[in-house]
Amino acid sequence: MSEQIILIAAVGVLAVGTYALRACGPALRERVRLPQRAEEAMTLASVLLLAALVGTAALIEADGFAGWARPAGVLVGGVLAWRKAPFVVVVLAAAATAALLRLAGVP
Amino acid sequence: MLTNDVVSFIIVLMRSLRRTRRVLQGDLARDIALVLLADGIVGVSFGAIAVGSGLPVWLPMLLSLLVFAGAAQFLFVGIIAAGGNPVAAVLAGLLVNARHVPFGFAIGDVLGSGWRKWAGTHVMIDESVAFALAQHDAERRKAAYWACGVGLFVCWNVGVALGAVAGTAVSDTAALGLDAAFPAVLLALVLPSLRDKATAAAALVGVAVALVATPVLPAGLPVLLALLALPIALVLRGTRAPATVHAGESRESGRHDDPAPSGEATGEETSCPSR
Repeated sequence: MSEQIILIAAVGVLAVGTYALRACGPALRERVRLPQRAEEAMTLASVLLLAALVGTAALIEADGFAGWARPAGVLVGGVLAWRKAPFVVVVLAAAATAALLRLAGVP
Repeated sequence: MLTNDVVSFIIVLMRSLRRTRRVLQGDLARDIALVLLADGIVGVSFGAIAVGSGLPVWLPMLLSLLVFAGAAQFLFVGIIAAGGNPVAAVLAGLLVNARHVPFGFAIGDVLGSGWRKWAGTHVMIDESVAFALAQHDAERRKAAYWACGVGLFVCWNVGVALGAVAGTAVSDTAALGLDAAFPAVLLALVLPSLRDKATAAAALVGVAVALVATPVLPAGLPVLLALLALPIALVLRGTRAPATVHAGESRESGRHDDPAPSGEATGEETSCPSR
């Protein structure tokens, strides 16, 4: 019972904290009039974070190498995106490549 | 009184829905729908994994409603299921979610005001931010953010509830290759911004830093360290003519004009990790 309360409290703290993190940017934007250059830097920062997410999500699973199937799938998707394939093709090809490689025994 | 508020709320909601539908042309709507479907299936697996590892049915559902952040949720459940300290689970989740601070700065303009700002803040997530940043004009940016954010909130929560209740129907999303879909989605959305060579160079450095840091730092921190590469982009861009190219310049998500920098980035991100 008390274990349940601790769990609920933990979820609550994480939820409030996460909302606060999300609200930070918009709130500060309203109060401080950012110069054009700073706005640009924030957009750049988001792009860098998303790129880093792509890299880590493609290659890493629980602090270790995720295996070859996943990065191979992302690579196929990336090449297709680079060659201007439609978004749907990019995503489905990435998933299909990883799934087929695993079917063939590649981890 | 209350009824009036509810009625006006519904009218405003319907109006903004209609506007969103008008702006969301075929391609963008289809792209977002695909992401919603894929993430819904991942949600099913999250619910199933959480319950399968001995946690109560309500926990993944409560997390998905209130926290609504995939990576943090998987981490939280993983730590708790392994018998870890709840404080550690909360701190790890918050660390992973810290990237929402710069996200909020970048897309704060799409939120609007009043209840929209409150709701829009909650659906700020990698995919909705990436879709917004990939749009050309302000109206499309807004429509993409809201359609992806609200759609994901619904699909993710329905998926998680299904998975938690129905159990292990789709517990193995790896067999479907869905673990490759998430990075591919973000990559396709971020590629147009990498058309700018300075951004591409900084992104390469950022990815490398994040990968090198991963084995030694707790989850969430390595991705944040990619921000160390920000000065590189700013300096490189500052030395040239006033920079005009940045995120949101591509006309459509998934279409790209300059293959050179994006090709480099793809090569780096999929090469062997330094380990």
